[in-house]
Amino acid sequence: MALLEVEKLHRRFGGLHAVNDVSFQVEPGQIKAVIGPNGAGKTTLFNLISGALAPSSGAVRFHDQEIQGRQPHEIAARGMARTYQNIKMFAGMTALENVMVGRHIQGRAGFLASMFHAPWTWPEEKAIRDRSMALLELLEIADCAHTPATSLAFGQQRAVELARALAMEPSLLLLDEPAAGLNIYETAEVGRLITKIRGLGVTVLLVEHDMSLVMDISDEIVVLCFGQKIAEDLPPAIQQNSEVIKIYLGE
Amino acid sequence: MKRLLAILPLLGVVVLVQLLATWTGTQFYLTQMTMAAYYSLLIIGLCVLMGYAGQISLGHAGFFAIGGYLSAALTTLNLVPHRAEWLVRFLNGCGLLAAGTDLYGGKILVVLPWAAAILAVLTAAGVAVLIGIPVLKLKGHYLAMATLGFGIIIYRLVLATSWFGQADGISGVPPFVLLPGLTVSGNVSGRVQNYYIAWGVLVFGLFLLLNLMNSRIGRALRAIHGSEEAADAMGVNISRFKLQTFVLSAVFAAIAGVLLTHFNGGIGPSEAGVMKSVRYVAIVAVGGMANLWGALVMGVLLNFLSLRGVFGSYDDAVFGLILILIMLFAPDGILSLVSRKKRQVPLPEAPQDEEA
Repeated sequence: MALLEVEKLHRRFGGLHAVNDVSFQVEPGQIKAVIGPNGAGKTTLFNLISGALAPSSGAVRFHDQEIQGRQPHEIAARGMARTYQNIKMFAGMTALENVMVGRHIQGRAGFLASMFHAPWTWPEEKAIRDRSMALLELLEIADCAHTPATSLAFGQQRAVELARALAMEPSLLLLDEPAAGLNIYETAEVGRLITKIRGLGVTVLLVEHDMSLVMDISDEIVVLCFGQKIAEDLPPAIQQNSEVIKIYLGE
Repeated sequence: MKRLLAILPLLGVVVLVQLLATWTGTQFYLTQMTMAAYYSLLIIGLCVLMGYAGQISLGHAGFFAIGGYLSAALTTLNLVPHRAEWLVRFLNGCGLLAAGTDLYGGKILVVLPWAAAILAVLTAAGVAVLIGIPVLKLKGHYLAMATLGFGIIIYRLVLATSWFGQADGISGVPPFVLLPGLTVSGNVSGRVQNYYIAWGVLVFGLFLLLNLMNSRIGRALRAIHGSEEAADAMGVNISRFKLQTFVLSAVFAAIAGVLLTHFNGGIGPSEAGVMKSVRYVAIVAVGGMANLWGALVMGVLLNFLSLRGVFGSYDDAVFGLILILIMLFAPDGILSLVSRKKRQVPLPEAPQDEEA
């Protein structure tokens, strides 16, 4: 049974078919990549899956339930986490606090309990802090825990963003260009972290431009071009696919 | 516990101010300190909404007025002519009414301050829900304009309604017995007591909000301020949290309105005026937006100076000017001017080319 099923997904912006009749599945435990030239509809596809956008037609099934058109926070509560191409750190908060926000859905404390600092919220608060700290350690940035997140180096912010997403205990993690803006060393580092994350039992779906990263870590690759799926195969087969070579290199 | 300890020095200052005023025979200052404390209660509530959740409101004088006007109207409306009606009989049966005599010996029957206060605060909360649901979908300038519109409506409503005394407002509001021996009133004999009541309420409010900001909820609110999109993807129900914060700040404003009205013995339409709302926003900005302590200190200081008449008839102009100057020279609040040097952090590394 697939963890995520995308079926005939379609999104129009006026006359533009940004995502056109795209179907594929993500199996549990996989690292699956979506590649394609600029403007292929990769980020739109992510926004449709995570609920930031509603599809014009088609279905998204997650854990066998239809989630298309639902609010992002509802989809998040079902175990889907995501990162962004342009890292969205919460400004004015430390790296640790950023990760602690990721544990929002695991917490129960509401307005009144928080205002009165109710004793029953203390263990919950401690668990949130401990788990967030452990994730920063896992991603090897525990030293930066108390630094304001937006003053960290770009690569470190990526790691904080990953820790924040993992704090949600997701079953599926969507990564939107995790290597964007990173140099080759940092990219290799991110690749290593992603395989480490898969090792925790988290399924990963990523959009990426960096071919070496995609070929290194993916189990399967979907190729999009002008909103349509033109290929879906294992990495070696994608490298040999004449149509894929054509759209990337020209004839 | 740490937050509790941070509040202790504040309590020390509160006691010190009272002792100094008593020793130097300047107890009349305590009256303005009491009023400033109630205004500051509204301001720290607004600080959570603006500075932490990132939602502006130019209508908070409206919620203050709902609290103040409703408790004033209910505790002064003589129900003797309506004694036979079922609602009045029902309220009386519940023990929510108080009988007495007026200045001329006539019989009066009014709603008890406790009942009026609860009704006034609940009404403010209800109005905040009704206004907040549509209005909080807006962002930035649009939200500012919409809340400004709400403030203007409340202002014109109290000016136009005879039950609210129109341009005269409502006077003769009775004292509010909080607990036996603890009465909110403007009696000179109760000046010290009222100073401590007001500051007790304010410090307790600050304590609640400091707790809130250092909790799961506070983190979610700051995350909304940082990036709504990312907070949403972390499972934070943005619209519900914005609404709850809006209601919370409206409740703080309404409680301030109720208590200050009983302390002053009345309320007038200027309390509902748009310039009051602008003043509150200006004070939150001066305090540093996301800074409850800054909001409290500036709230007390500027309101005290204003109430002492330091700004003369240029009162509103001064607050307008403060808002402009703060936005131009210290958008992070007046305290940031002091700490700017040491807060300078190196810029994050510029992102390299995508294809690298």
